[in-house]
Amino acid sequence: MLNLNLKLNTKMFEKDAEQIPIRKGFGEGLVLAGEKNPQVVALSADLTESAQALPFKEKFPNRFVQVGIAEQNLASVASGLAAMGKIPFITSYAMFSPGRNWEQIRTTICYNNRPVKIVGSHAGVSVGPDGGTHQAVEDLALMRILPRMIVLSPCDALEAKKATLKSVDTNTPVYIRLAREKTPVMTTAETPFEIGKAQIFWTSEKPQVGIIATGALLHKALSAAQTLEKEGIEVEVMNLSTIKPLDEEAIINLAKKTGKIVTVEEHQIAGGMGSAVAELLVKNFPVPMRFIGVNDEFGQSGTPAELIEHYGMGEKDIIRAIRNLL
Amino acid sequence: MSNFSDERRIELEEKANDIRESIIEMLVEAGSGHTAGPLGMADVFTVLYFHTLKHNPKKPDWDERDRVVLSNGHICPVLYSTMAHSGYFPVKELKTLRKFGSRLQGHPHRDFLPYVETSSGPLGSGLSQAIGMALADRMDSKDGERRIYCFLGDGELDEGQNWEAMMLAGKNKLHNLVAIVDRNNIQIDGFTEDVMPLESLSDKWRAFNWHVIEVDGHNMEEIADAFEAAKSIYEKPTVIIAHTIPGKGVKEFERDYRWHGKPPSKEEGQMAMNELRTLGGRIKSEHE
Repeated sequence: MLNLNLKLNTKMFEKDAEQIPIRKGFGEGLVLAGEKNPQVVALSADLTESAQALPFKEKFPNRFVQVGIAEQNLASVASGLAAMGKIPFITSYAMFSPGRNWEQIRTTICYNNRPVKIVGSHAGVSVGPDGGTHQAVEDLALMRILPRMIVLSPCDALEAKKATLKSVDTNTPVYIRLAREKTPVMTTAETPFEIGKAQIFWTSEKPQVGIIATGALLHKALSAAQTLEKEGIEVEVMNLSTIKPLDEEAIINLAKKTGKIVTVEEHQIAGGMGSAVAELLVKNFPVPMRFIGVNDEFGQSGTPAELIEHYGMGEKDIIRAIRNLL
Repeated sequence: MSNFSDERRIELEEKANDIRESIIEMLVEAGSGHTAGPLGMADVFTVLYFHTLKHNPKKPDWDERDRVVLSNGHICPVLYSTMAHSGYFPVKELKTLRKFGSRLQGHPHRDFLPYVETSSGPLGSGLSQAIGMALADRMDSKDGERRIYCFLGDGELDEGQNWEAMMLAGKNKLHNLVAIVDRNNIQIDGFTEDVMPLESLSDKWRAFNWHVIEVDGHNMEEIADAFEAAKSIYEKPTVIIAHTIPGKGVKEFERDYRWHGKPPSKEEGQMAMNELRTLGGRIKSEHE
């Protein structure tokens, strides 16, 4: 059952459940961050509206920098701003930032130890009709291998808003992964959020499998849990919105409690969240695992629903993986 | 137009010679590193650190200091040598260059040596960082109080990010930003005009809305005048294109691109030291 201690949105499974793009939550969080901290600045590479820096730009025009379609410059200019005490948020599509400008992020942000926040919107195949060139399914891997980088992948707009606010105070580089599409809101304003803390969204007395999900696909994992409960199969579902640093204790505990783990992410299986979990478990508490994600392929055009199904990341794929482990 | 007296000029030339000697010594000791660029830029660094720059080596984190971004991190021997001779750290520490545990990493790293403003090495990103600094100062209305200097190699301009950065600085009319291009005409694979032609370089910068000053990078007064003139340009960022001789000061190294990325051997180092100590043979040793 849903973990009501976390004050989750109990209407999340209803047909008319509220849906908001995750990126919208970032846009609201950025304005709040700007109000709270005068050092917060935002940069855009010609995607101000869609990557959600527009509300910030309108409110704080003097703290906004438009660099044009130039993501490499975007990252390094932000590093320079941070060198003078600013807390810059660089906003673009994940395919271009951190896709295009990885080395600038590595050297001028991480190696330089500058607290720049990299906001990659439109991540995952659910970008839809734009096609594979615009569907970043490698970004978590690119970011989690960088020393000093914190990697956040919020599950809904409300969590994205909280993650944005919390990221201001880390004094480290942070990557925040966002999705374009409307996503069911699973949390509420009261749901607690802390960087580095995993949360069990679906609890069970005697879980047979532990599901660890990140991003919008968490909703599919929760739906799968609900479907299976009716058949008498019990699982627990973890929302892993901080992919680095991992909440090691919580993940190991879930593995101990369930003995079997399925990871779910809208990302390449190689190098993503599932890999991070596997790296942790294999040396601490190895259990059989299944990985839901993109399997060494590129995306393509289609509706988000068609693509999630085509690449094997839907509810029935999650259920199949769970049955496979039983 | 002269900024200073003959005595001052001679003082700076002697300082540049000391800096060059230290560069040779540290490279010989390290057994690897870049020779041509550091020797070629010794005069410009000398003028900047001993004449123009607002800084306090005894208080390196002084907030009001000018900022120096070394985009072409591989010429760090000249930065390290100049900083040591300015008093940031002991000159004898220069001999730890590139060794395990040294503050003087093969390319500058702030974790090891916090006095450098940026860690650098991969080419093409320094100007962007300098622009970020200049923009921050503009946001905070500090653009009249301190200046941001950014060193670039000429070969480095092959990197596309520089041109993204140049457009942004021109758009924002960052008058508090001064870029210095080491126009020594060489890069690893050969002469710049063979590898990837840059000319007409000054026209390119002008087209991106920069104020361009070209100087003889070994003429102390011209260099100092250019830094001074940049302060009076208000509507544009300034680039100083410093025409330098790679390997300057040691005849055998000068203008030879093969000296871009290798250090002198012990014997070559001895020869270079003799040449520098005698100012190219103009001073006769008492033993001769």
